[in-house]
Amino acid sequence: MSWRPRIIAFFCKWCAGSAAETAGVMRLRYDPNIVPIIVPCTGRIDPQLVVSAFLNGADGVLIGGCHTPNDCHYSSGNFKAFKRVYMLRKMLAEVGVEPERVRLEWISATEAPKLVRVVNEFVEEVRRLGPMGGSRA
Amino acid sequence: MRVGVFVCNCGVNIAGVVNVKKVVEEVKKIPGVVHAEEYIYLCSQPGQELIARAIREKNLDGVVVAACTPSLHYDTFSRIVETAGLSKYRFEMVSIRELDSWVHLDKALATEKAVRLIAGAVAKLRGNRVYEPIRIEVVKKVLVIGGGIAGITAALSLAKMGIPVVLIEKSPSIGGKMAMLHETFPTLDCAQCILTPLMAEVSRHPLVKIYTLTELDGVEGHVGRFRVKLRVKPRGVKIGDCRLCGFCERVCPVEVPSEFNRGLSKRKAIYIPFAQAVPSAYVVDFDHCTKCGRCIRVCPVKAIDLEQREEVVEEEVGAIILATGYELYPAEKIPEYGYGSIRDVVDSLQFERILDVQGPTKGEIKRPSDGKPVRRIVFIQCVGSRDVNHLPYCSKICCMYTAKHALLFLERVPGSEAYVFYIDVRTGGKGFEEFYKRVQEEGAVYIKGRVSRIYRDGSTGDLVVEGYDLLDNRELALRADLVVLAPGMVSSLNRKLAELLKIPVDQYMFASEVHPKLRPVETPTPGVLIAGTVQGPKDIPETIAQAASAAAKAAELLLRGFIEKEPIIAEVDKEKCNGCRICVTTCPYGAIEIVEGKAVVNEAICEGCGACEAACPVGAIHLRNYREDQLLEVVKSVLEVG
Ligand code: FES
Repeated sequence: MSWRPRIIAFFCKWCAGSAAETAGVMRLRYDPNIVPIIVPCTGRIDPQLVVSAFLNGADGVLIGGCHTPNDCHYSSGNFKAFKRVYMLRKMLAEVGVEPERVRLEWISATEAPKLVRVVNEFVEEVRRLGPMGGSRA
Repeated sequence: MRVGVFVCNCGVNIAGVVNVKKVVEEVKKIPGVVHAEEYIYLCSQPGQELIARAIREKNLDGVVVAACTPSLHYDTFSRIVETAGLSKYRFEMVSIRELDSWVHLDKALATEKAVRLIAGAVAKLRGNRVYEPIRIEVVKKVLVIGGGIAGITAALSLAKMGIPVVLIEKSPSIGGKMAMLHETFPTLDCAQCILTPLMAEVSRHPLVKIYTLTELDGVEGHVGRFRVKLRVKPRGVKIGDCRLCGFCERVCPVEVPSEFNRGLSKRKAIYIPFAQAVPSAYVVDFDHCTKCGRCIRVCPVKAIDLEQREEVVEEEVGAIILATGYELYPAEKIPEYGYGSIRDVVDSLQFERILDVQGPTKGEIKRPSDGKPVRRIVFIQCVGSRDVNHLPYCSKICCMYTAKHALLFLERVPGSEAYVFYIDVRTGGKGFEEFYKRVQEEGAVYIKGRVSRIYRDGSTGDLVVEGYDLLDNRELALRADLVVLAPGMVSSLNRKLAELLKIPVDQYMFASEVHPKLRPVETPTPGVLIAGTVQGPKDIPETIAQAASAAAKAAELLLRGFIEKEPIIAEVDKEKCNGCRICVTTCPYGAIEIVEGKAVVNEAICEGCGACEAACPVGAIHLRNYREDQLLEVVKSVLEVG
């Protein structure tokens, strides 16, 4: 069987998570090689979670939250995620992992089409990068 | 844990894409799962019974429902689980419809994804711990900040529900801006006639305690129990004793501009702001009083005390309603209009005072500079509003009050002329457009365009208003006896007060609501509500509606005597915590403090975002049921499938 990327998406329940639901209600289609995990806020996501996703076989991690500056339902979780992801991507590059494997996007509850676009783009990107570590081709 | 997984077909909504039989077979392999079955509609009565029966017969202590989205049916299924005697934290629901069957066409991949989603839900469930709802006892009392029409309405509404109110007002009388108005658009009700009975009612109500000359100085605690510190400035006159005889005022030698008449008349250093002021008592302006003592000597009831000191009063309240209102944008910031240097250029509130029979001219429309009767007025709208250099926003009420001013002027002075410079006329409101039409029919001339300069013609003493008529495409110079500016509304809220209450403000200092549509009177700080123009420009009916809504929200919090809250909040592992304070600075709510070297979470304040857990360097603080170890298991389980 040919290789398929495994992608985890952490969506905050308020914005990106709602957009994912709306995408369903609108019957939009996107690549199924992504599994969403709903969390209260992107501020809950720490680098360790993302790294552990990679260690457990993920090829990419998408994080979706509420738009900056004001949409986060906990006032500033999105900024916290922004800083952490920024730092994480730098570190990944240092240890030889393509930073493009982690992507952070702001997607409001009404932006189901954006969610679909982001997911499809990201899956394509990860496909292009190939399997994590290049070993499971 | 003995977990049962229930997979809904949702007719063909799920089963048309996801192979539910295969899902059932696959999820049985997940560690902890002892039972799995699918059903055509789990939310139906037989579907619900099927789950209840399985819990009993298979002796389940954990349930996962894979169906539509939890926002539709979480409550339906969690109730079944709770009725069966399990905590709702022994239940997880995951969408395989919105997140799966509705968005994918490839059946094999959608089926695999459903298994992954369920594996994640089972892992989360197995890590869940059981918590009881948090119960917060509340103080049945509300602090209302601001004694304008918003604050008065909120206070009365609460008092009528039996909830005691502390109403504070920074000036010497309640009544706010509305007390300064003459008549209100579009019905032309006399503002005083509708406001002053409410002022009297609120002051008489046994459940309302009014503090004037008072500002908020400190807030501690949280929703249900705020301890507030109020700074009460001295009035110099004992409220119950003053008989309003006015002897003091007559002998007072100090004269200063009257705030109530916006500088168009003078008042003494001991004065009553306006005849119907509440509380009904004189007040000493200690900034200007020379303490000569003449008033003390003439007061027949010995009500005056010039040595009175500022006091700090403490109160405990369960909720706070912020209703600090607005000010007009200072028109002197736009020098070309001459406001502040040309006396016959007045702002809209000054014109209200000029129109008012109790005002500085007893309702006669005369020029402030020389008392000459006014026959021709140029009104200028959008003074500061919709101007990127001043207030980028629309202040909403100015079009209508200018139309009202023009009409009242034309009606009161026969043969008079009114010109209105405008950018756009906005008349969205019941009866507003009709009113605007009426004003034009009465003869007001509307000129679309901006005014570039106002100056006084030295020879005649008239004002000259130079502007541009955009529709006729020509420059204009209009002569006028009086120019009335319509400045935008600016928030009276200041940063200190916003910080005391820990509420966010927008770039214009208007208070931000939690949700602009669904929760318009709540701030992100639980228990702090907003009413009236502190939230943004609005007219009187909107202000009153919002104030009543804020009162209802406060009552919602307080009437039961306690608040119940989801216990999904942060929790500290005292063993691991080293008191580094990173969580304290990370928390957006100020819910964490360090007590004896360890972090302590205030249950009433924490909203459960989990930012602290992500930040803690030693893994000592956890968001309940979203703990790191739990999420790591979820990630692992999702990836293990297939
Ligand atoms: S709630 Fe969506 S990012 Fe914070």
